[in-house]
Amino acid sequence: MRDEEIKTMVEAILDEMLNQQDPARTPEPKRSEVIQTTAAGFKQDGKNEGDPTACLPDLTEVDLRTQFLIAHAKDKEEYLAMKAKTPARLGIGKAGARYRTATMLRVRADHAAAMDAVFSDVEAEFVEKSGFVAVKTLCKDKDEYLTRPDLGRRFPGEELEVIRKTCGSHPKVLLIVGDGLSSSAITANVSDMIPAIKQGLSLHQISLPPVLFIKYARVGAMDAIGEVTEADVICMLVGERPGLVTAESMSAYIAYKPRHGLAEAKRTVISNIHKGGTTAVEAGAHAAELIVKMLEKKASGIDLKGVQ
Amino acid sequence: MKEELLSVGIDLGTSTTQLVFSRLLIENMASAYSIPRMVITKKEIQYQSEIYFTPLLDAVTIDFAKVRRLVEQEYASAGIRKEAIDTGAVIITGETARKENAREVVNALSGFAGDFVVATAGPDLESVISGKGAGMDVYSKKQRLTAVNIDIGGGTSNLAVFSRGEAEDTGCLDIGGRLIRVDKDSHIVTYIAPKLLEIIRKERFELAVGAPLSEAALEPLLQILTEALEQSVGLRSDSCYYDLLLTNHGLKHTEKISAISFSGGVASVLYEPERYPNVFVFGDIGILLARALRKSRLFSCLTVAKSAETIRATVVGAGSHTTELSGSTITYTDTPFPMKNLPVLKLSSEEEARDLSEAVRKKLNWFLTEEGLTPVAVSIRGEKNPSFERVQEYARGLLDGLGEFLRAALPAVVVVEEDMAKVLGQTMDFLTPEKKCIICLDGIRLSAGDYIDIGKPAAAGSVLPVVVKTLAFG
Repeated sequence: MRDEEIKTMVEAILDEMLNQQDPARTPEPKRSEVIQTTAAGFKQDGKNEGDPTACLPDLTEVDLRTQFLIAHAKDKEEYLAMKAKTPARLGIGKAGARYRTATMLRVRADHAAAMDAVFSDVEAEFVEKSGFVAVKTLCKDKDEYLTRPDLGRRFPGEELEVIRKTCGSHPKVLLIVGDGLSSSAITANVSDMIPAIKQGLSLHQISLPPVLFIKYARVGAMDAIGEVTEADVICMLVGERPGLVTAESMSAYIAYKPRHGLAEAKRTVISNIHKGGTTAVEAGAHAAELIVKMLEKKASGIDLKGVQ
Repeated sequence: MKEELLSVGIDLGTSTTQLVFSRLLIENMASAYSIPRMVITKKEIQYQSEIYFTPLLDAVTIDFAKVRRLVEQEYASAGIRKEAIDTGAVIITGETARKENAREVVNALSGFAGDFVVATAGPDLESVISGKGAGMDVYSKKQRLTAVNIDIGGGTSNLAVFSRGEAEDTGCLDIGGRLIRVDKDSHIVTYIAPKLLEIIRKERFELAVGAPLSEAALEPLLQILTEALEQSVGLRSDSCYYDLLLTNHGLKHTEKISAISFSGGVASVLYEPERYPNVFVFGDIGILLARALRKSRLFSCLTVAKSAETIRATVVGAGSHTTELSGSTITYTDTPFPMKNLPVLKLSSEEEARDLSEAVRKKLNWFLTEEGLTPVAVSIRGEKNPSFERVQEYARGLLDGLGEFLRAALPAVVVVEEDMAKVLGQTMDFLTPEKKCIICLDGIRLSAGDYIDIGKPAAAGSVLPVVVKTLAFG
């Protein structure tokens, strides 16, 4: 019953705030709050009233580049033209010295999505459905993965055996997927990117052994796999550290003959693969061409730039 | 990665013929960790020719031999070999585009000027090119407003509207400095353009070929021309001869114009009238027209911006502002570049979504010529973030629609607006096992009625220079 009481109270207060009829009792700040809530895309038609199963509108559906919360802008159109060029939270107005409610909630929602991306796992079902062969680094859980980067680059003996069996020895190209710091990035992008890479490579008569999925993976895990398989080129798709703009950003790290101790400068990277950045399909087509070029020039990273 | 393209611009105008050489600097503007993004970052004029009178054999024929000699001379004095030219455009403008041999001359000249120097014609393109040459695209972008440039040449006035950097609208009127020509010394009228003759007849003005020209007799006619130009930019709506004086169409006036600039020969006088005390020094009415315009609403009701170029605006536009770069994620298989004069087959978003192959097949019939199939460029919108399956659907639709082309061993050219050309091209390549030629570009917007020329790959093969143009002769 206590929940019910609170709900009724909140409703009564909201009602009073939103439907204030007496102009003498309507101070300015409250009016601006109304602007803010409607501008943020909340429905106030009361359609869901009393329906206990109804959902609140999804805050994260609002496109930040077109959201404009400044009440009396001198030139709104021009501001929006500038906003279109950046995902930064500009033109959000303020309430006193603080964010408005809509902005504050959205920052928290985006932050929560980022946290989820790091702390959740890629579902075993997804790995299976994608036809990946699953392996795991030396990390025993997420905490250890986050605190011990070194363990995320090595595999226990039995996992190395699986890798060897799956990839064979001296494969020309290996495609591997690592969860990295964003599991959401993997589920959002690999199903579109991998077929694009495979297709691009098959135009050059290059076929691939099954794709490995590495749980608790750091980028350096590709070196360990290069060491044990002696692959010519490895392309590793890995979830990027999520931010407030997107939690679904993935990178492709591609290296020629990656082995233990490979200098970071020898990796070629395509970063920012997500629906607002480089699209997964184009990144895949581009990666395939890079791989072919690496095989041809026998180099990657800075070395590849040098021979171009 | 930095690279330069040497570009030539040649303008065969109503009264003058000019040439410029420009250097276009190409740079990768993307960070090291992303897919490259090659853009033209700098346009520098390297050499400007003399300004010649356009050589004519008679009233309806251009003297090609003489034009060619002029061009040869200018290449020699600039010290540039034809082989060194990477790109560029020949534009035939104003009344010269209506000469009987205009098409032949511009085609022959473009071949003569360099491998990838494209032939262009058409009042709309001319307007945009001269507006860009005058620098109004940059001005409107910097000032964040809508501005119009009027390029007033010998025979036509080309209007181009730029809104915050983008070309929005064009229009053209048959108003120019050489519509009436006089003998410099005797001031006897030697030529009056047909549309002006009509006005003179209706208004019973005392103006005729063979009679001496007085400033006073000319004044009411100049007033009519000025009013038509005022109406063209939306400053009045009562000009009686506006419709008569339109070349093809006027502006649509979707956005309010707040600034104006002038280019073309008449603009030189407009900006610096004190330099031209003798009104018939050029043997035409250009100086008097400029004086009338200075007193008009064009000067009093709009912010007048100084154009970057006046008489050279069109040729600078042709040399520096016609070449674009394709997106950097593109596909091309073995193709004989350059490919010239591909007409654009534009699909609407609805056609694209419904049945791509059917739409392509149907529209291809429009482009059947007497010789049968000739290459076209299929222009589609594409999608912002397509799935791989969606890309395959696009590829199948396009291949199916272009089947006849592929069987005839003609290149399949697809231009997508959204960034998806590399994967789409690879998918098309993958789905056609036999030998074929596929070109898939993105980052270029085309309209129905356009033509596109595609040059040899630049910047280590990562981009293709592209010229989007019209080919409308008078």
